[in-house]
Amino acid sequence: MSLLEVKDLQVRVEEREILHGLSLTVNPGEVHAIMGPNGSGKSTLSHVIAGKPGYEVTGGQILFRGEDLLEMEPNERAAKGVFLAFQYPVEIPGVTTWNFLHAALNAQRKARGEDEISSPAFLKKVREVAKSLNIPQDMLKRGVNVGFSGGEKKRNEILQMALFEPAVCILDEMDSGLDIDALRIAADGVNALRSPERAMVVITHYQRLLNYIVPDFVHVMSKGRVVKSGGKELALELEESGYAQFEDAA
Amino acid sequence: MNVVAKTETGRALGDAFAVARDRLPGKGKIADQRRQAFEAYERSGLPHRRIEDWKYTDLRALMREVLPLAPAPDAAALGRAAAAAKLRAIDGVRRLVLVDGAFAPHLSDLGSLEKGLGIRSLREVLDAGDGALSAQAFATDVSNPMIALNGAMATDGVVIEIADGTVLAQPLHIVHVASGTAPASIFTRSLLRLGRDTNVTLVESYLAGEGAKAYQAHDALIVAIGDNARFDHVRLVEDSIDAFNISSATISLGAHAHLNTFGLTSGGHVSRYQLTVACAGEGSKVETNGVNLINGTQHADTTLFMDHAVPHCASREIFRAVVDDRAHSVFQGRIIVRPDAQKTDAKMMTRALLLSDDAEADNKPELEIFADDVTCGHGATTGALDESLLFYMRARGLPEKEAQALLIQAFVGEAIESIASDALREVAIATAQRWLEARA
Repeated sequence: MSLLEVKDLQVRVEEREILHGLSLTVNPGEVHAIMGPNGSGKSTLSHVIAGKPGYEVTGGQILFRGEDLLEMEPNERAAKGVFLAFQYPVEIPGVTTWNFLHAALNAQRKARGEDEISSPAFLKKVREVAKSLNIPQDMLKRGVNVGFSGGEKKRNEILQMALFEPAVCILDEMDSGLDIDALRIAADGVNALRSPERAMVVITHYQRLLNYIVPDFVHVMSKGRVVKSGGKELALELEESGYAQFEDAA
Repeated sequence: MNVVAKTETGRALGDAFAVARDRLPGKGKIADQRRQAFEAYERSGLPHRRIEDWKYTDLRALMREVLPLAPAPDAAALGRAAAAAKLRAIDGVRRLVLVDGAFAPHLSDLGSLEKGLGIRSLREVLDAGDGALSAQAFATDVSNPMIALNGAMATDGVVIEIADGTVLAQPLHIVHVASGTAPASIFTRSLLRLGRDTNVTLVESYLAGEGAKAYQAHDALIVAIGDNARFDHVRLVEDSIDAFNISSATISLGAHAHLNTFGLTSGGHVSRYQLTVACAGEGSKVETNGVNLINGTQHADTTLFMDHAVPHCASREIFRAVVDDRAHSVFQGRIIVRPDAQKTDAKMMTRALLLSDDAEADNKPELEIFADDVTCGHGATTGALDESLLFYMRARGLPEKEAQALLIQAFVGEAIESIASDALREVAIATAQRWLEARA
């Protein structure tokens, strides 16, 4: 069974159809890159998979290990193992990163019928992960993402990914707003999480990120559809020729 | 207009006052003051929406009538009160319990009083005929009808005197319990006198004993803070959900004194808290903070009057309201800076969070400035929880109510943070937590 199957997905926002029948199959261990110009529907796809309100699915389905993902609340999807790394992680003043992560991890464990993790055990775990990502301890005591730089916010997303150990990670424009050093740190964090059980869907505008996170498959999106799929060489090809060639195909 | 009903209600209460008079301590001058206060109340009756100050809290519509006085508590009522007080007991405090308008010495911690601390019941003070103390306890602004009514009807309370230079390590905890099983009015009035260079912490809790029904708690607190003294005050309203709580606090500060007062209202059907703070000595500092956590059809009103009469004083108000269902939160904050009060630094910030489409929050900040060299400001916002934050949190696995709870805690956190004592801050957080858990 595939891990994630998007079948002929049609999505509207208000009166406008954004996705016109998108299909994508992701198996464990695979890294898929989704590329495409602005407005091609890349972020919409990531939002619909995660369950963001405001989108109307008018056709098709999304299956996660064969279960209908669209029937689940966003928190249920997270507990099942779907993780979205946000393009723009939000700031939550007054809620410490530490508290937030502990509450979220326990909520996921509870939803899966697992025991809650105690504060000392959680502390140990989060410290280890933070250290491996070069995240200073005092960041964990601050409000979630409050006053974080762009690079710190992305590292905080990867920290959560490492902590929650999801089955599918959707990385939405992880490279936006990052300089080359920050990008390398973030990509190293993601690569460390690659495993035969875990799949990744890397959404990006530029080929650059894919030098660091090397995909198994590349899909080109245009106007709400996947218009071409191929291996990692497709990304390089796009870098040469641009997206314009696909505009007509869509 | 229901003139007949109003007149009947008025007459009923007039009769009640006449009947109650025998139960009201204080003779001579105090009895005269009570009668005058009652007459002042009778002239206006229950305040209603056409009186500016009561526009959002129309007691004539919400409360309709003032109920007759609660009977003095019997053994069963005292037992229920003891159980209620125990449930909300705070470690390390000196507990003073008022049940149905009567001081309950057997439920109170009156042993081994620290040096410089004096505690008596109001009834004791009035019966002893202590003129100065009685006069201070009953010095009432009769222009406010509900404070006037309290002055007329108060049956008991506590009178606490703190001698100059006394630093009380143990906070005082006045527990107001309504324990009668029939709907009735409870009128209490307490006085705190803090001498110079004192440091005192007071907690007040408003609770209901099991089976208490639709009671009306009317309380008044009078506090005089001496020069260079510090007073910390935490007030927790957890009355039963069908109860009324119409209370006031009148606090004056001497020179270089410091007041930190915090109120949290999560209980009661209709509550109104009228807080008047007067800076009477130069160089004093006031922090007034409050939180409303209400739902259902609750109505909670905090009306603050901050009076800067002298120079070089600072005041800060932080108020947060969280309003769910069809509840209604009211915050009125009036700051007056009188002509002599130069170099006043006064700031007020109120924010309301509406959790449902039918929730209502009225924020009314008012600044009246008559001095020209001052720093004053106020701000007010009303809004809903940020959907983008909620989605982020849910995408991390938090169910909606839990995500909301974290955001609500953060929202009220800034006001709760202001409580100086770690232990009492934890008590306030636990109280807020109870409310959040009840709605989850």
